[in-house]
Amino acid sequence: MSDHAPAAPAAFGMLAEFADEEALVRAAAAARASGYTCMDAYTPIPVEGLYEALGRRRSKLPWMVLGAGIIGGSLGYYLQYWISVIDYPLNVGGRPYHSIPSFIPVTFEMTILFSALTAVIGMIMLNGLPRPHHPIFNAPSFAGASTDKLFLCIEAEDPHYDAEAVRAFLADQDAVEVQEVMDDA
Amino acid sequence: MSDDVRTAAPPPSESETGWVEAALADFAPMIEDGHDFESVTGKIADIVLVEPKKTPRGWILGFAIAFLILQVFFLSAGYLLVKGTGIWGLNIPVAWGFAIINFVWWIGIGHAGTLISAILFLFNQDWRMSISRFAEAMTLFAVACAGMFPLLHLGRPWLFYWLFPYPASMGTWPQFRSPLVWDVFAVSTYATVSLVFWYTGLIPDVASLRDRAKHRAAKVFYGMLALGWRGSATHWHRYQLAYMLLAGLSTPLVLSVHSIVSLDFAVSVVPGWHTTIFPPYFVAGAIYAGFAMVLTIMIPVRKFYKLKDFLTERHLDNMAKVMLVSGLIVAYGYAMELFFGWYSGDTYERAMLLNRLGGPYGWSYWLLILCNVAVPQLLWFKKYRTRTLPLWIICQFISVGMWLERFVIVVVSLHRSFEPGAWGFYHGTKWDWGLYIGTMGLFLTLLFVFMRLLPMIAMFEMRELVHKKKHPGGHG
Repeated sequence: MSDHAPAAPAAFGMLAEFADEEALVRAAAAARASGYTCMDAYTPIPVEGLYEALGRRRSKLPWMVLGAGIIGGSLGYYLQYWISVIDYPLNVGGRPYHSIPSFIPVTFEMTILFSALTAVIGMIMLNGLPRPHHPIFNAPSFAGASTDKLFLCIEAEDPHYDAEAVRAFLADQDAVEVQEVMDDA
Repeated sequence: MSDDVRTAAPPPSESETGWVEAALADFAPMIEDGHDFESVTGKIADIVLVEPKKTPRGWILGFAIAFLILQVFFLSAGYLLVKGTGIWGLNIPVAWGFAIINFVWWIGIGHAGTLISAILFLFNQDWRMSISRFAEAMTLFAVACAGMFPLLHLGRPWLFYWLFPYPASMGTWPQFRSPLVWDVFAVSTYATVSLVFWYTGLIPDVASLRDRAKHRAAKVFYGMLALGWRGSATHWHRYQLAYMLLAGLSTPLVLSVHSIVSLDFAVSVVPGWHTTIFPPYFVAGAIYAGFAMVLTIMIPVRKFYKLKDFLTERHLDNMAKVMLVSGLIVAYGYAMELFFGWYSGDTYERAMLLNRLGGPYGWSYWLLILCNVAVPQLLWFKKYRTRTLPLWIICQFISVGMWLERFVIVVVSLHRSFEPGAWGFYHGTKWDWGLYIGTMGLFLTLLFVFMRLLPMIAMFEMRELVHKKKHPGGHG
């Protein structure tokens, strides 16, 4: 951002629209091959192979969920153990205070609860949401990205970003339309 | 078998794989021809984004009726809070009556939604896509209705938090060897996970509504719900991971919930309850009742909103087949209950069976067999699976049958247990019926509000379906 003159509204990036999923994936792969790194694609459906074409690494979300599940299950079990054995031992029908089989259902439910909430909240947080506004929404045709339009945006933050070169590059990739998106002032 | 034998097997030839396509061609399509991204999104979004003044009359009428029935709920619950549970028909020996019957009935209905959205997702069943959103909403509302019964049965529902382990000033804690405490954890986890699963599915769709809405209020409302979803490849990547994980977590969850509900009975020693077959048999019954309820609601909605392009004969056929299979499992459960009772050689078990078949409540058992075992056998025939009116009527039989099943389990087992001196009778009072019918009002009201405000079919999944139809082999 500091590379740009602060007075004029800076560009957020160059947004190209593509006619179909194959063209978009090809363009993303080509952009990556040409050395662009700061970019993202926007599609109305999850497109197979697109994320990989952009050269991103697999999300760590599954590991977070696994961790949360282990924590939830352990907490659930320990909660029951502490209550039933240490803090409030109660003789119920002569069963042992530490009734392992009886503690399984709650342990299981707590495992699921912690991991499911982590999957959802983790997905939202890693995606940087909630973020009601984003410069990409400044592009007039972007509203179509949630219905039937496919976009690739090479962002101005990219070290190789040069407006005219990027425009020419995207046009070369069979983009239907290329437009510059302005950042918020 | 040695390695060379296996490698010697020739790769399947064209003619050998061709039968798969030929077999698939016999099925009705999952989505009718001639749709593209814009048309599927538009058709579903327009139902929601229609101007308030142009709300269809049918919706207003349906909502009005549902809202009226909801008043029965408020009346019954209100009078209950004033007078206490004495207004119900409960007493010793039948201390668990309508409240638990209706609780199990509703929560079972809810299970179909999770089955459709989680289990069928894991099995890659694409036909689930157009019914999942609706069924998930149904799950949520059914769980809300189910929750009313144990809550109101508490007598002092405002003290519901006593159920949870919290450092109480009384120094007491829940008793974790009781299935009733497991139930609290199972049902509250189930409600929470169902809610977040449903909301996760909604995020890309409310983003579409945000982008299509004309009115500022609608833009803001859906904009808030969409959290700023941009549909970027990074978003989608994590989204798909989260969705897959949720499906994987919901699958054992849904099986555990009804298993734990069944343990409320099975862990006790009451004849007719103390059976190991209860967990699987309850889960199958839940799926059975749930699919019947999905079809009960979906058949009129599909006609009214002209959604036959998305909810095709294929969907009706598949759902009817699931009902047939789960119904047969339930029938097997009934047979095994009889067998266990007889084979146990236990006097009380055998007496319970004779009482169930020929006692004063014998009519309820035979009616149950008629509704749940006899009538649904019509589903073996394709014309009953794909023609809406007969299918709808069969679903009503199943809903009644599943209610009777819980009546038989709860009331008939309790009213004559061990000691003849303690035998008695039970019937629901008008307040029992009022609360039960009232929850149907609650269910329908919530469902009508949902249909008006949120897309009832997952739009992004329908776009995926259109995409798959265009590229049947996937991208090379």
